[in-house]
Amino acid sequence: MNRFSYLRASSVDEAVREAAADPTVRFIAGGTNLIDLMKYNVERPERLIDITRLPLDRIAETDGGGLRIGALVTNDAAAYDPRIKDRYPLLSSAILAGASPQLRNAATTGGNLLQRTRCYYFYDPGTPCNKREPGTGCPAITGRNRIHAILGTSEHCIATHPSDMAVALAALEAMVHVAGPDGERAIPISDFHRLPGDRPEIDTNLRHGEIITAVELPPADFSRHYTYLKLRDRLSYAFALVSVAVALRMEGDAVAEARLALGGVAHKPWRDPEAEALLHGRPATRDRFIAVADHILKDAKGHEDNAFKIDLARRAIVRALSQAAAGTPQSQTDKRIK
Amino acid sequence: MQQANAYIGTPQNRVDGRAKVTGEAKYAAEFDAPDLAYGIVVSGAIAKGRIASIDPSEALAVPGVLQVFTHENRPRTAWFDHKFRDETAPPGSPFRPLYDDKVIYSGQPVALVVAESFELAAHAASLVRVAYETDAHMTDLDLRRSEAYVPPKKRSGVKAPPSPRGDAEGAFAQAPVKVHGEYRVAIEHHNPMEPHASTVVYGEDGSLTIHDKTQGAQNSQSYVSSVFGLSSGQVHVVSPFIGGAFGSGLRPQYQLFLAVMAALELKRSVRVVLTRDQMFTFGYRPLTIQTISLGANPDGTLVSIMHDAIQTTSPFEDYQEVVVNWANLLYHCDNVKLTYKLAQVDTYTPIDMRAPGAAIGVAAIETAMDELAYATGVDPIELRLRNYAEVDEADKKTFTSKELRACYQVGAERFGWAKRNPEPRSMREGRELVGWGMATGVWEAIMQKTAARAVLTRDGKLEVATATTDIGTGTYTILTQIAAETLGLPMAAVTARIGDSSLPKSPVQGGSWTAASSGSAVQKACQSVREQLFKHARQMDDSPLANASIEQVMFADGRIRLMSDPGASVTFAQAMQAGGVDRIEAEEKASPGMLTNMRYSGYSHSAIFAEVRVDEELGIIRVTRIVNAVAAGTILNPKTARSQIIGGVVFGIGMALEEESMLDHDLGRFMNHNLAEYHVPVNADIHHIEVIFVSEHEEKLNPLGIKGVGEIGVVGTAAAIGNAIFHATGKRVREYPITIDKLLG
Repeated sequence: MNRFSYLRASSVDEAVREAAADPTVRFIAGGTNLIDLMKYNVERPERLIDITRLPLDRIAETDGGGLRIGALVTNDAAAYDPRIKDRYPLLSSAILAGASPQLRNAATTGGNLLQRTRCYYFYDPGTPCNKREPGTGCPAITGRNRIHAILGTSEHCIATHPSDMAVALAALEAMVHVAGPDGERAIPISDFHRLPGDRPEIDTNLRHGEIITAVELPPADFSRHYTYLKLRDRLSYAFALVSVAVALRMEGDAVAEARLALGGVAHKPWRDPEAEALLHGRPATRDRFIAVADHILKDAKGHEDNAFKIDLARRAIVRALSQAAAGTPQSQTDKRIK
Repeated sequence: MQQANAYIGTPQNRVDGRAKVTGEAKYAAEFDAPDLAYGIVVSGAIAKGRIASIDPSEALAVPGVLQVFTHENRPRTAWFDHKFRDETAPPGSPFRPLYDDKVIYSGQPVALVVAESFELAAHAASLVRVAYETDAHMTDLDLRRSEAYVPPKKRSGVKAPPSPRGDAEGAFAQAPVKVHGEYRVAIEHHNPMEPHASTVVYGEDGSLTIHDKTQGAQNSQSYVSSVFGLSSGQVHVVSPFIGGAFGSGLRPQYQLFLAVMAALELKRSVRVVLTRDQMFTFGYRPLTIQTISLGANPDGTLVSIMHDAIQTTSPFEDYQEVVVNWANLLYHCDNVKLTYKLAQVDTYTPIDMRAPGAAIGVAAIETAMDELAYATGVDPIELRLRNYAEVDEADKKTFTSKELRACYQVGAERFGWAKRNPEPRSMREGRELVGWGMATGVWEAIMQKTAARAVLTRDGKLEVATATTDIGTGTYTILTQIAAETLGLPMAAVTARIGDSSLPKSPVQGGSWTAASSGSAVQKACQSVREQLFKHARQMDDSPLANASIEQVMFADGRIRLMSDPGASVTFAQAMQAGGVDRIEAEEKASPGMLTNMRYSGYSHSAIFAEVRVDEELGIIRVTRIVNAVAAGTILNPKTARSQIIGGVVFGIGMALEEESMLDHDLGRFMNHNLAEYHVPVNADIHHIEVIFVSEHEEKLNPLGIKGVGEIGVVGTAAAIGNAIFHATGKRVREYPITIDKLLG
């Protein structure tokens, strides 16, 4: 861990202004990931701006009938908020599939989106890593890659994004509101995280000095037919090998609208609108689900340890769509898979 | 009538429970010292080569940094290898931290940064610049397999495979039924909750009081004395509480060396705590490639057992454990051939991990036996009964006691085994396939020479002391029970003191031998106090016991009573007053009986039953029920013993389904070196675990009939789960852990 200076920001403007002036700054809120990374010498910020006192901890109705979740709302508060449980149960479920109660009590909405990959090599400064030290190489490609990506990888990086919450947000087409030196803007969640390409050190499209202020959920009608199915190497407290967020709007036996996002398989929550369209207006059958899965995974590429994730993802997609269509979402407390 | 102070064999709460939950119990890194300095270890990045240059200047420039120790400025230590050998060292040249510029494994400590505060030391450690010249390394056992060798020098206490008997190859070739397979258990790291740590308190006279995370305070003490050339009086190791160890604390680890070195050089107190990732930079449970061939008659009776193991060790030491001796110990067979070889990989030396050898060897054998059950169509329990070993055939000895048959019977009844349809995939509940499997567990009942002291004072308090540790097993509690019962005192009047190198000599805590060894020593010391006390009581004026022999009296509630007339009694205080003493002290040694060991084999046994539910499509496995029936002689405390078995079973579930230290062979480095990615079972993975202690009369091993319960809970568990998975799915996986990819693949 390095030495750093610390500023407690009293306003969003102050936080943005201070951050913009300093390229080595990091915002800190719950700190559940940043502190670990600092202890491992992966993150070495010279300055921390504590944003926990900013007034970003409310969940509010939007004029359009959606919800706006402040960036500092904890994962726990969001998951158990009655409005979210009632209207966006997919989000609640995805949050509860992740981490532990202790971590969810501290982790925030904005921080969850900005958590960094769990790639073994990224976490170990004794090894090369293009994400940690650009240009040093990616030993994961030929090394241990059980937890790595099968979609959207590059020759420079095969890391995955670890968030469960973000996968649900992708399916719900949330907007990420940010404030920065150039004012405020809203970024669709699908454009928020990026693929590694030849700049794997950059996780998101946030610009320097920008701070997440809120995540907005548009009005939605997915509270009956949804699921968050997370498959992992133990039944709790592990990052996803594959996770699937599904939100369906059903009309009779047919799917009127389908949203599907995958976690644990790519550098960002993975959406495939073409595959989703295969369901629109069609009856919810297993064959259809298989067609959707095949479409999503047609370009999937496995490595030595993680090739099994392609088949696993196919199976998970089919199961998750079945759960959602049947209106029997996966429980996050009873670990038995439905 | 319930005898007063009859504690042995009764469920008792941990005497140290309150101290542990209130935080009063202090662990190695929690001891404070005036002017304490903090050391942080800098870990090496390459697997093999040399340190071309090491530049501490940036670190040294940080105000508050006291010193950066490297191979270039380390103080002189002992010259000869034997000075670095500890009580449990395998043959070879023990690792010497900061010895020279050679790098021999990835994660090797290359510097120790010592500073005024933990934070400063951590910061400065990140500023030490190390440049390496790399040599080619090899960490892949498969590629070293052809170079495997029989260890030329045997490790003390580890039985080599017995010589072949009969003609195993010929019998296998002609056997009507054959099972042949290769079995593996992944590399595991112990990962106790408490990381390794040493707080070295530097005394004004230069003496050291060391709080070390160790399974043997005296082992650490003698290591430090011999490596640093100190007299034993200058080094005092005090380790009253250990937050789990599972074998990782059997040898003095490098943080002890580094903390002592820094304290001696700086002449001040120093603490060094390893980080979780550094917990992956010393010993581990070695990768073992096991090949098993079982030949049998159509009725399942074995005609040939061949079991070969090739195991990793380091280039500098020949680690050894007992992997292949178990099959013939459990099963009668006239044609047996067992081999055990090592192959060197560029890692640290493996170190014993809970049920070393047996955990993996029995996992393989009991998986193969299940395959034989299916190959012959004989029920798995019936198969084991048909091959039941009545004697230790390899050593030609009889067993001191062996209630394994009862384990099978009681466990099967409790589990409901009779209702099992042996057909794979025959049970289903909703989307889940249900499987029932079983396996046998076995572990040697070992006793080691141990000394203990007992001191009775006139206020009716008894203190018993021996140097052994309590790694969470319940040693404090069982020693208190034994002492209280032997002298007829309430447990509250007894204090057990352990974990201190100045106490009577005890071996490291391990091998499930502590209860038998330190328990016997404490009992003997208390008996000696009893005799002295009785002598004083008889000599008292008008003593009602004057004509009694010690067999005619009982010790209860602080009194000596005549059995024939319980009203006639003498209090301990009266007896001591009459004898003119304020305290009665005795030190005794308990040793294993040589004659017993020559004539008998002592083992604990278990039958373990597992129920799994498998989501076939997704490969998700849940272990919903375990019944473990254990025969381990006298169970001193059914409550703490049950906890031991449950802990062992959970350990076994980890081995069966989750635990794997992943080596990157390109880098020669363990990569999942944290508890997020090295998976041990969490609460959600654990369902019903039932422990049954089968009554077993044991009188030969030691006076109390103790066999120990520290390891037996692990042994067999992985196989029972693997066998249940086969029953559920029809898929046989011979590589543990059985993860999703292996099940779907």
